[in-house]
Amino acid sequence: MQDAVTIAVARAPQSRIGDQLRVVARNAFPFIVVGAIWEIVARSGTFPRKLFPTLEDIARSFVDLTLSGILPHHALDTVIRLLSGFFLAAVIGLTIGVLMGRSRRAEDIFLPLVSILAPIPGLAYTPLFLLWFGPGEYSAVLLVAFVSSFPIIYNSWTGVKAVKEIWLRSALAMGADDRRMFSHVILPGALPYILTGLRLGLAQAWRILIAVEMLAAVPWGMGWLIFGAREFLNTDAMMAGVVVIALIGLALEKYVFQKIENYTVVRWGMVEAME
Amino acid sequence: MTAKTSQMTRQQLSNRSMLRAGVTLIVAAALYEALSYSGIFPRVLLPTIQTIVVTLYGMLADGSILVHAAATLYRVLFGFCLAIVVGLPLGIAMARFKPVENFFLPLVSALMPIPSFALVPLFMLWFGIGNTTTVLIVFYAATFPMLFNTWSGVRSVNPIWLRAAGCMGADEKRLFWKVIIPGASPFIITGMRQAFLRAWIAVVGAEMIAASDFGLGWVIFDAKEFLQTDVMMASLVVIGLIGFVFERVVFGGIERATILRWGMVRAAKG
Repeated sequence: MQDAVTIAVARAPQSRIGDQLRVVARNAFPFIVVGAIWEIVARSGTFPRKLFPTLEDIARSFVDLTLSGILPHHALDTVIRLLSGFFLAAVIGLTIGVLMGRSRRAEDIFLPLVSILAPIPGLAYTPLFLLWFGPGEYSAVLLVAFVSSFPIIYNSWTGVKAVKEIWLRSALAMGADDRRMFSHVILPGALPYILTGLRLGLAQAWRILIAVEMLAAVPWGMGWLIFGAREFLNTDAMMAGVVVIALIGLALEKYVFQKIENYTVVRWGMVEAME
Repeated sequence: MTAKTSQMTRQQLSNRSMLRAGVTLIVAAALYEALSYSGIFPRVLLPTIQTIVVTLYGMLADGSILVHAAATLYRVLFGFCLAIVVGLPLGIAMARFKPVENFFLPLVSALMPIPSFALVPLFMLWFGIGNTTTVLIVFYAATFPMLFNTWSGVRSVNPIWLRAAGCMGADEKRLFWKVIIPGASPFIITGMRQAFLRAWIAVVGAEMIAASDFGLGWVIFDAKEFLQTDVMMASLVVIGLIGFVFERVVFGGIERATILRWGMVRAAKG
């Protein structure tokens, strides 16, 4: 008995490390295969080297651009733009959504406008925003805010409407005033929907931001970097840019979207969402 | 924007709400019209509704907008069908066979967060401007929701159904067609719907960036060069209408004919 325990204790860390290694190897394997195929195609000369750079070239330009501070500057500007656009969207979207959920009048006023504007893909507004607000920072941020506010409005509206009537009435019966009612009943009740809306809004903002940066002629930004690199046939710089975009996207996915989703699912056991 | 919302709105839009909605739209239109006429902003940048309607009618009458809409629809449907052809079998294979999942899941999770537009410049270099690039971008944008939803749909088929069907002597083939596919269909249909939504956004963006000579996105972007705001607004209306028709009529119809009829609507959210 004792032997078994000591053996198990002695073996456990080893096998855990082995398991971890196996997981890492399993996850790395597909990338190694794809990388190898890429490298073979690139070196075979089927396509011009300028258009289809080797992984070595991509890695070198990634390191060069990172060390010279160009890549971090572009990435930082993109993230700041994303966050400021999203922040605007969150403030406006939550205000309108909660108002729509609380007051019938606000719902009747905003719903037709929202339902008309929402089905148009956000990017289609880009040229219009460019004409109205001029190319550059303003248009980009405003456009991102405009587009990502729709899922936030929809979900916070639905969330506030989904708060159970009984909770409201019992809070009222127990003498809650408007402010307490809002902060203690409505907001917590609607929170899972609101969080879902914020997550969808941020995802939407991220998806279109890159395109907006290409079209809006901003001075810095990942979209602009890869679009500008095209002009000079800098395919390696472009690929390095795509890698950074993927990394930012992955970080958003892992540290923001999944966290929020797990939180809502775990706490409220809900996965309902509207896009 | 799911069926639930539209149902809810339909229920809630009592007569008074309808009236208010109408009043809102009229007031909004009147405000816009007043702003446009007031001349605070240059008329070129803020065309009157009248001008927009006339332009739209003109573009419809000479058929130019129809040609562009046809080009856009061709691209979006081509890319969307490609996405289904690739995403659906791959999603099912990933859910059914562990090695396939082990191989593709890391790749999919690495590629999925890359916005499709990030690939536009690369595809422009590789495939030139025009249909190929646009279709591939649409394909890229639409594949992941399709794949991901199919994968989770097949995985979430109730194991009791599988065991019950197995007990009743269903072989692999029957199990697949009679249990797994219908069981996963709410997710698959949701996946198609999301995929089309992404595809529709992608096609407009790709047409703007990889400006070919046709397509609604290109019309809007091209009109900007000549300050033809009325053309831009008219195309926006057409884009919104087509998107709305697909979202509500086509996919709403599919949903009503399948999962709503089978009473599986609760599973379809997600």
